[in-house]
Amino acid sequence: VNSYRTVLALLVFMALWPLTSGAVIETYEFSDPVLEERYQSLSLELRCPKCQNQNIADSDAPISRDLRSLLHQQLEAGATDEEILGYMVLRYGDFVRYRPAVNEKTALLWFGPIGLIIVGIGVFIWHFRRARSAPNADALTDDERALLERQRRRE
Amino acid sequence: LFIALGAFLYRGLSLDPTALPAARIGSEFPSFTLPDLATFDDINQDVLDAKPALLNVWATWCYSCRVEHPFLLDLARRGVPIYGLNYKDDAEAARQWLTDLGDPYRRTVFDKVGTLGVDLGVYGAPETYVIDANGVIVHRHVGVVDEDVWITQLAPFFERPRAGDAL
Repeated sequence: VNSYRTVLALLVFMALWPLTSGAVIETYEFSDPVLEERYQSLSLELRCPKCQNQNIADSDAPISRDLRSLLHQQLEAGATDEEILGYMVLRYGDFVRYRPAVNEKTALLWFGPIGLIIVGIGVFIWHFRRARSAPNADALTDDERALLERQRRRE
Repeated sequence: LFIALGAFLYRGLSLDPTALPAARIGSEFPSFTLPDLATFDDINQDVLDAKPALLNVWATWCYSCRVEHPFLLDLARRGVPIYGLNYKDDAEAARQWLTDLGDPYRRTVFDKVGTLGVDLGVYGAPETYVIDANGVIVHRHVGVVDEDVWITQLAPFFERPRAGDAL
């Protein structure tokens, strides 16, 4: 009975363990729930400059904490999404946004994949047409047909 | 086309993904009002009056800063003006650091919460910025500054027309 209790206590302890470690990211009070929604979406959109493949909502790097705090301040001060994103891009570059504004530096990023697909479709169509315009290219020549005929007769 | 694409992507393999282009390159040094680490008097961008100069972002919690510190002292001895930006640090610890290890900085700006840091686009320490004769940020180096970095990246901004310069 005793060991059963120990196991139970351990299980309860383990079940509660994640609650303590999940509480590292601070919470902000918002005067308006709309601001809170915008905070959530902007912090998912902004990328942590230090940790690269995390957004600032997800990252516990000091710089992300600072940017979240700035985001909160600016939202409460009445800044628009464009103003906030502009502020961040001015300081950290296009890199800081997961969906950067379209300009000459990001054009390749935005249109490159579509361009490659178009090129791919083009090559496919070209190849397909060439194969159709010469339909007998794969057909047997007279010599080959004669050879095939001889082989068949032998069997 | 495939070869061109391959070459483009292959070149990407040798790039350092953590080296971000600094957005502030080419713009004037941001204005600030922050305490001087030594005196705690408020100072602003006007104290950065020796130009061209380096601005080195450092902190006592930053291990690489300790690594590059002797080289910064060496540069300062060679006459390169260096300003310090003590970034998100404890003032007492930072003063002690300069007392123990030597002080290569003309002035050190104490940026407790990182406001100037954010204005510059700092995302870690150490970072070193080059401010040119017009007060414009012309270069950023992220990471330790050593002789190699100095010669290849920073020194060209300090070359003057005068011959026989100590630099």
